[in-house]
Amino acid sequence: MKKSFGMLSTVWMGIATHKFRSFLTVLGIVIGVGAVITLMSIGRGAQAQILSNIQNLGSNLITIRPGSANVGGVRDAAGSGRTLTLEDATAISEEIQYVTAVAPSYSASFQLVVGAENMRSQVNGTTPGYQTTGNLKIAEGAFFSDSDYQSNAKVAVIGSNVKDTLFPDTDALGQQIRIGNHIAQVVAVLQSRGTSITSSADDIVLVPMTALRQMSAQSRTTRGDHIVSSIALTINDEEQTASVKEAITSLLRSRHQLASTASNDFQIISVQELADTVSQTIGTMTLLLGAIAAISLLVGGIGVMNIMLVSVLERTREIGIRKALGARERDIWGQFLIEAALLTSAGGIIGVILGWGIAIFVNRFGTLKTLVSPDIVILAVSVSAGIGLFFGFYPAWNASRLDPIVALRSE
Amino acid sequence: MIELENATDTVRLEDVSKVYTIGKGKLTVLNHVNINIKKGEMVAIMGPSGSGKTTTLNLIGCLDRPTSGKYFLDGREVSSLNSNELALVRGQKIGFIFQTFNLLSRLSALANVELGMTYAGGVDRKRAVEALARVGLAQRMKHRPIELSGGEQQRVAIARAMAKNPSLFLCDEPTGQLDSHSGHEVMVILTSLHAERGITVVVVTHDETIARHCQRIIHFRDGQVVREETGAAHRQHPPDFENGQDVSEEKV
Repeated sequence: MKKSFGMLSTVWMGIATHKFRSFLTVLGIVIGVGAVITLMSIGRGAQAQILSNIQNLGSNLITIRPGSANVGGVRDAAGSGRTLTLEDATAISEEIQYVTAVAPSYSASFQLVVGAENMRSQVNGTTPGYQTTGNLKIAEGAFFSDSDYQSNAKVAVIGSNVKDTLFPDTDALGQQIRIGNHIAQVVAVLQSRGTSITSSADDIVLVPMTALRQMSAQSRTTRGDHIVSSIALTINDEEQTASVKEAITSLLRSRHQLASTASNDFQIISVQELADTVSQTIGTMTLLLGAIAAISLLVGGIGVMNIMLVSVLERTREIGIRKALGARERDIWGQFLIEAALLTSAGGIIGVILGWGIAIFVNRFGTLKTLVSPDIVILAVSVSAGIGLFFGFYPAWNASRLDPIVALRSE
Repeated sequence: MIELENATDTVRLEDVSKVYTIGKGKLTVLNHVNINIKKGEMVAIMGPSGSGKTTTLNLIGCLDRPTSGKYFLDGREVSSLNSNELALVRGQKIGFIFQTFNLLSRLSALANVELGMTYAGGVDRKRAVEALARVGLAQRMKHRPIELSGGEQQRVAIARAMAKNPSLFLCDEPTGQLDSHSGHEVMVILTSLHAERGITVVVVTHDETIARHCQRIIHFRDGQVVREETGAAHRQHPPDFENGQDVSEEKV
């Protein structure tokens, strides 16, 4: 105890008597650790923000879109096909396990008019299940019901932007909107989604598909099925995402009478998978940022080694004296190793404070969101201490191997 | 039998040689040297440069190992120890006093004395203060070496050696960088410490007036002991230095 305290005070003496040099050593590590913390927290922040945007869509959401139309060998864009139908959606909700809500939809563009206000918007014809699949929050009113759907009721659920544009000063609920040549009654206004990657979410107008049919003709397949542009569905167990996708695939393939060699004429996208993919991509980017920052940490480590070598050289005589007084090799390398580790740890801690401070500053005053996670902090500090040990080892070992007679003779 | 014999000697060099290999050639620095130094003896080693006296001191001080031959320190053979074991022996048994003092310039006198104890079992502030008081530096403990005169610095070094209670003081030209007055003071302290505490002292010097303070003088030439003589200090009480004059010098 007494001895280790003596060692620590010895080390402290070494640091304190070379303040400027110690400061420079620490600075290299401070910059390295600070850069790692700042960049990693910016990366993590971006990851968290984008993930939360995706989760906003509902992580249990699965969307089915038609495949690309292929007319005479010319492949059109994905989603342009006319293969998905209302009847597919019904079959899915009846036959597939874990499915809680199914919402097929197709849309048409209309000019919306209320009094002196008007705007152009996509009007989406869908089923009441859309409230669940779209993860929609009602600000006022109630989503249209099954009986509205069955009775072709001309009712509309409008997004917050639509409300603000068409009803800037008045209450929208119960009011009438002219949609093309038809009149619909507003039954619900949705809560704003805020800015998100699906920024049109607030511009939405939803009506029962049966009602939209009367405003804009719905195409039919040769068998007479009602063509839709997408089917959204939610499941009650995210773990089952893959098996549900599989079940839907085989159901749709048999319904669409595809030969076993033909490729799917639809595609199934789950938010869960999307989130995983995006999260992985951003995670890789974050690691890349961290790796670039880690290079500066490495450079800082080499700086530590350089300065420790100088320090050993300068203190050759001191090492000789200590050896003559009875210091063993491990006393000597312990002294220099602890000095290096102490310097880099101090640099690490100051670097964390600095990096954290910058992250908080960016979060508050910048456009980027940042997220400082404890694992990065622990990693950065232990890596910096490790760098001290690693790069301090060679100089310390050099020092401990000095011949006391030669060392005492040096100037 | 032999163990018993050895036990009475603090230092016993048996047929010790030291050979340095330089390129293809060999340089024999010590050639079959035998030296016995009894416990409580004060011995001077003299000789011209290159005669092997400093090498002998390094061997006795466990800073170096002989090429052949055996070295017993306090009855224990130390010539075959590894460098860490030698370091422990240095820490516990040997107090060095160097020509150039070898104090750490950034430490106070007290911290320098305590540094000596760090590697010898632990720091004891009280004993360090006592040691400095014994060499007359009670008022200067907080001073750094640069704020002390050469004589004072050498006295700090003596206190550093003394504080860890070694069995052997090894002094390499202890007055070599001091004016005659300070050098004299240092020798007074060494001889009185020797008389008071019965510490075994070995002094390497080329200065005969210094050597005369010792009980025995061993003369080296070309790596061999060529002559031994009884010093002027071979008496029951140390020389009388009271009036600042070196009595032994007058007898030469």
